[in-house]
Amino acid sequence: MSDSTSGQALSPHAFVSAAFREPEPPPTSDRGPLRWARAHLFGSVPQVLLTLFGIWLLYAVIPPLVRFFITDAVWEGTNRNACLPADVGHSVGACWPFIWAKINQLTYGFYPADERWRVNVVYALGALLLLPLLIQKAPYKRLNAIVFFGVYPVLAFVLLTGGNFALRHFLLGYLGFDGLFPAGAEVGGLSVAFWADFILSSALLALVAAGISRAVAGPGAGRGAARSTLIVMALLGVVLLAADVNFGLVPVETRLWGGLLVTLVIAVTGITVSLPFGILLALGRRSKLPLVKISSILFIEFWRGVPLITVLFFATYMLPLFLPGQLTIDGLLRALVGVALFASAYMAEVVRGGLQAIPKGQYEGAMALGLPGSLMMRLVVLPQALKLVIPGIVNNFIGLFKDTTLVLIVSIFDLLGAMRAAFTDPNWATPTTLFTGFGFAGIVYFVFCFGMSRYSMALEKRLDRAQRH
Amino acid sequence: MSTDPVIAQAEAGAPKLAVEMVGVNKWYGEFHVLRDVNLTVERGERLVICGPSGSGKSTLIRCINRLEEHQKGRIIVDGIELTDDLKRIDEVRREVGMCFQHFNLFPHLTILENCTLAPMWVRKMPKKEAEEVAMHFLEKVKIPHQAKKYPGQLSGGQQQRVAIARALCMRPRIMLFDEPTSALDPEMVKEVLDTMVELAQDGMTMLCVTHEMGFARQVANRVIFMDAGQIIEMNEPNAFFSNPQHERTKLFLSQILH
Ligand SMILES: Nc1ncnc2c1ncn2[C@@H]1O[C@H](COP(=O)(O)OP(=O)(O)O)[C@@H](O)[C@H]1O
Ligand SMILES: [Mg+2]
Repeated sequence: MSDSTSGQALSPHAFVSAAFREPEPPPTSDRGPLRWARAHLFGSVPQVLLTLFGIWLLYAVIPPLVRFFITDAVWEGTNRNACLPADVGHSVGACWPFIWAKINQLTYGFYPADERWRVNVVYALGALLLLPLLIQKAPYKRLNAIVFFGVYPVLAFVLLTGGNFALRHFLLGYLGFDGLFPAGAEVGGLSVAFWADFILSSALLALVAAGISRAVAGPGAGRGAARSTLIVMALLGVVLLAADVNFGLVPVETRLWGGLLVTLVIAVTGITVSLPFGILLALGRRSKLPLVKISSILFIEFWRGVPLITVLFFATYMLPLFLPGQLTIDGLLRALVGVALFASAYMAEVVRGGLQAIPKGQYEGAMALGLPGSLMMRLVVLPQALKLVIPGIVNNFIGLFKDTTLVLIVSIFDLLGAMRAAFTDPNWATPTTLFTGFGFAGIVYFVFCFGMSRYSMALEKRLDRAQRH
Repeated sequence: MSTDPVIAQAEAGAPKLAVEMVGVNKWYGEFHVLRDVNLTVERGERLVICGPSGSGKSTLIRCINRLEEHQKGRIIVDGIELTDDLKRIDEVRREVGMCFQHFNLFPHLTILENCTLAPMWVRKMPKKEAEEVAMHFLEKVKIPHQAKKYPGQLSGGQQQRVAIARALCMRPRIMLFDEPTSALDPEMVKEVLDTMVELAQDGMTMLCVTHEMGFARQVANRVIFMDAGQIIEMNEPNAFFSNPQHERTKLFLSQILH
């Protein structure tokens, strides 16, 4: 009994520790590579079998891939002869010179060679603006975001198309009031008729908006509504002006675009449009206003119910039949709108899943503080809901990125389309051209999709770390 | 009246009656939760509401800031009658703070951000000023050094004190508490109650749903007993505990006081 530190002072049935125990380091038995292997690879019979199967799988897959893409591959050459086994003298893997020869076609499609610098500028600017946006520590986040989402698209649009659109009619013109404006008059290359129409239309819209909100929300609301309308119209005006002004760039029709350029244009537009639209649709679907709710449900279910191919086909070949004669919409633009609406519907359901996971207490906490509904959603509910569904959102982004290849069906040549066009070149007809091409396309898609996946995982981890220990 | 300058400032020019409920009725579907409730609470008064589970206590105080809608009768809070008018509801919610059983802190924001969110966005307070106010109240609830942490990193008692500070940052004239200590481990109940006692001593108008009878004796002006959606007994604390009138009250008190 006198030895109070031995821990055996009490009877063998005692559940009371006899002495205060100091904390000790954890046991080391589960450390060391051999012990780790025993615990994780060879712990039981099924584990041993799985390990052996895994090793066999690696053995069966990796060496042939390495052989095809690296050791047996041909790296240099100017035509098909470089890649023919008969000429080379051994079995031939990937025919990389084929890719080198076609790289321009794969990156730019039929974009005129002299104008490709414009595409390069768009690529470079995009990367330059996107990168700091993704890095958490980079400064000027707000400015960066405004430039990337607001200025960059306009700039890219003007650079890629060449701008200098001959804008002729705005709202009033289409409504049949063209007579009001002097046709043909121009100032500095800008149509007087169009801009007079635009300014008059904006003023009329502002008046209508003011009138409606006065009627709905009382006399105080009119001024604000008019101001918001004018701001929106002013922003639209800046965009239209950028498209209308002649910067001296050669116009390049979207028919000539192709390859990675088209893949990226469609994917990036789809991604940046689908997230905000999807959020709005998800909120709409949970709205208490029956009209908003029903139209959101109809929209979402419609676009989820039809295959993307049908959407693209309809947009390309059927839509023109329904539009009035003077209104034609660019083919790529039609595909873009189709893809964006389609992706928004999917995104809406992902976001709705996140919204449903937010406990009622969060809404009540926000309401009790006096936050009005819109702020409650923006500051409390959406940040949490979106964080929860990052995997689903990125899943959609990746799916969208790969679905862009479907535009091939409406004769738009994305990366894969450009690749298939390249296959038809008899100069490069070799037994492995097809494998090389698809292998290369696969690698390019993989790099983009894997990049998105990794970034989202890092983002999740960062948000998790912030909120737990 | 208040010793806290920030609270005192909020009180200036307020109507005398903090809450006035006249013939309030509410149904959940067919279920009659509140049956003809009449209640007035004066400015500076501390009211404790108790009663068996399911008797409608939460519903009653949630009607005061319109987290629940009443269907019959009138509720006037701080001189503003609660109707369907969203503007008035927001106005009332700005003047009425609330603490919940499960805290309802925003897990994606730090403690400081939790406290500055509403003042900045609803009261349009500049960030710096909002942070100063937040730190003032975080000091008041004795956790200023946790300001940069996230709610998930705090104990239950600390979270509830943050919730109190968060509500106070809006400088409310009335505070509602819905069983603020029932989700806490016993050792943390006291720290939250101490905070509430201090708030009471500062002169805050408080309506507390709680079964902490010690707290009721210490700070309440009146104790209300509810059963089946009705207020069946109301008295000042000493009389309420020593001489309950109603059979249901006696039974209830014998069960919780033993
Ligand atoms: N949203 C609701 N829908 C239907 N019934 C409810 C709802 N909220 C509460 N109730 C019912 O109303 C009664 C009173 O609830 P509540 O006010 O929470 O009681 P207390 O807080 O006194 O325990 C309970 O019987 C409860 O089941
Ligand atoms: Mg309750």
